Amino acid sequence: MADIPLIRNFDAGAVFAFQNRRPIRVEEFLAEAHRLAGLMPDRQYVVNLCSDRYRFAAGLVAALLRRQVSLLPPNSTDDFLNRLSLDYPGVYCLSDGTAQTSQLHTFLYPQPAGNAVPAASSSHVPEEQVATIGFTSGSTGRPRPHPKSWGALAKSGLAGFERFFQGIYRNMSVLGTVPHQHMYGLESTILMVMQGGLRMHSGRPFFAADICAELEALPRPRGLVTTPVHLRLLLAEANDLPQADFLLCATAPLSPQLAAEAERRFAAPLYEIYGCTEAGQVATRRPAESHQWRPLPGVALFESEEGTWVKGGHIEKEVLLGDVIELCGRNAFLLHGRTADLINIAGKRTSLAHLNFHLNSIEGVRDGTFVMPEEDDGTVTRLTAFVVAPGVASEAIMAALRQRIDAAFLPRPLCFVESLPRNETGKLPRMALDDLVARLAAKAG
Amino acid sequence: MNEPAMKQTVPNDALTAEELELAQLIVSALNLEMQAAQIDPTAPLYGGGMALDSIDILEVALAVSKAYGVKLRSDDDLNHKIFNSLRSLNEHIQQHRAQ
Repeated sequence: MADIPLIRNFDAGAVFAFQNRRPIRVEEFLAEAHRLAGLMPDRQYVVNLCSDRYRFAAGLVAALLRRQVSLLPPNSTDDFLNRLSLDYPGVYCLSDGTAQTSQLHTFLYPQPAGNAVPAASSSHVPEEQVATIGFTSGSTGRPRPHPKSWGALAKSGLAGFERFFQGIYRNMSVLGTVPHQHMYGLESTILMVMQGGLRMHSGRPFFAADICAELEALPRPRGLVTTPVHLRLLLAEANDLPQADFLLCATAPLSPQLAAEAERRFAAPLYEIYGCTEAGQVATRRPAESHQWRPLPGVALFESEEGTWVKGGHIEKEVLLGDVIELCGRNAFLLHGRTADLINIAGKRTSLAHLNFHLNSIEGVRDGTFVMPEEDDGTVTRLTAFVVAPGVASEAIMAALRQRIDAAFLPRPLCFVESLPRNETGKLPRMALDDLVARLAAKAG
Repeated sequence: MNEPAMKQTVPNDALTAEELELAQLIVSALNLEMQAAQIDPTAPLYGGGMALDSIDILEVALAVSKAYGVKLRSDDDLNHKIFNSLRSLNEHIQQHRAQ
């Protein structure tokens, strides 16, 4: 097995990161990671909770150098960290001070001594070395681990670079509003930077005004890595947006209007990424150009009785995707939503994602979702839809839906709400939707 | 959202007219099922108290910017104090609105 470089596509002396507006060169980053590696406790597993993106990256590399595995919990609640401490004996937490936990032994990120020494020792890591373990919620409620080798992570970062920047942009500066402990943020704001010779913004600006100011301060070319919910709030609040060269969105479906508005106001192409914790990023598309998704370099999809699988490229093991996928030739596909979203009414089949796509495509609809009622008393089930569309008449939405979807799936009722109960990553938890349905039923008496 | 316990919370302080206006803005922006007048002006907005999460805070920032023309920033040293409570948020808005 080969050794894979920690960083690629950087010129000597190139800027790797901007931390509080200060440029940090790539040699300084490697020296910092080696320094940190020399100080970290001698354990097998680490939970890297550094909130600063640069320090997180240094922690990730330091762990690789020490052959420690970085665990990537979906959240840092006491409950989850406690569970990790049972499953991974000796696991400790690397923190830069913002995250506090009483569940794990905490190693505080030590302040740099000052003059960083250029890294003389190894900047390569064995391809097969386990680098991270991500988690999905298993059917029994116990988190299911998904280990990734350094080879797979590096390939994934390189694949993103090849898809978006190679031959088009050099040294793109990347600002993220997403957490780097999750797969999307890890791939697009850490790994793509390390493997593609990009520059990372070390912060995670929160308010719209912060995001605009931090983006404006970055040299061009510059890009924003974000989610539909952050993008919507940013476009709604900011009057003047800084010019960007690249926009990236993931975690939840993006309405076509929002995608078009973002492209127009930032004067930049907007891309979406489709992926999952098990496989990581799988495919990309530019919604202004096509609804079809293109798998990342080396990645291929194939069908079996069980559903659609993905393999190749940075994906180490074949993964069964939890989505309804329509293959369009060898190198493109359409996404029709989660397998669990499949709906069958009066013998007709569709998916909630398909219906939601059409609902959100209607002029004047800011946000909307269909909900499948839980109860089944033998009568023909009808769907409920919640929509945020100030100033739009119910009849107009129903008329637009009638043109786009089968009558069997038309919502009964269509409810107007002021907002949908989206969580921090823009997803709609089933419990919050059930709560909305229950309140509706209570109002109806 | 609306914790049952919230309803029994007796505000330890009455809302001023300005605070009530801001409370109404927040209740309507977040579609909260509570009366604006029930909000304790000294309870924390984030996490505990009204149990708002980070997306809620961004929604509040958007509503505040539209209604008062005050843009919230997190590089403000006082940021933690600003979102400490409805009262502190209102003080920040009134200060910057006047300028």
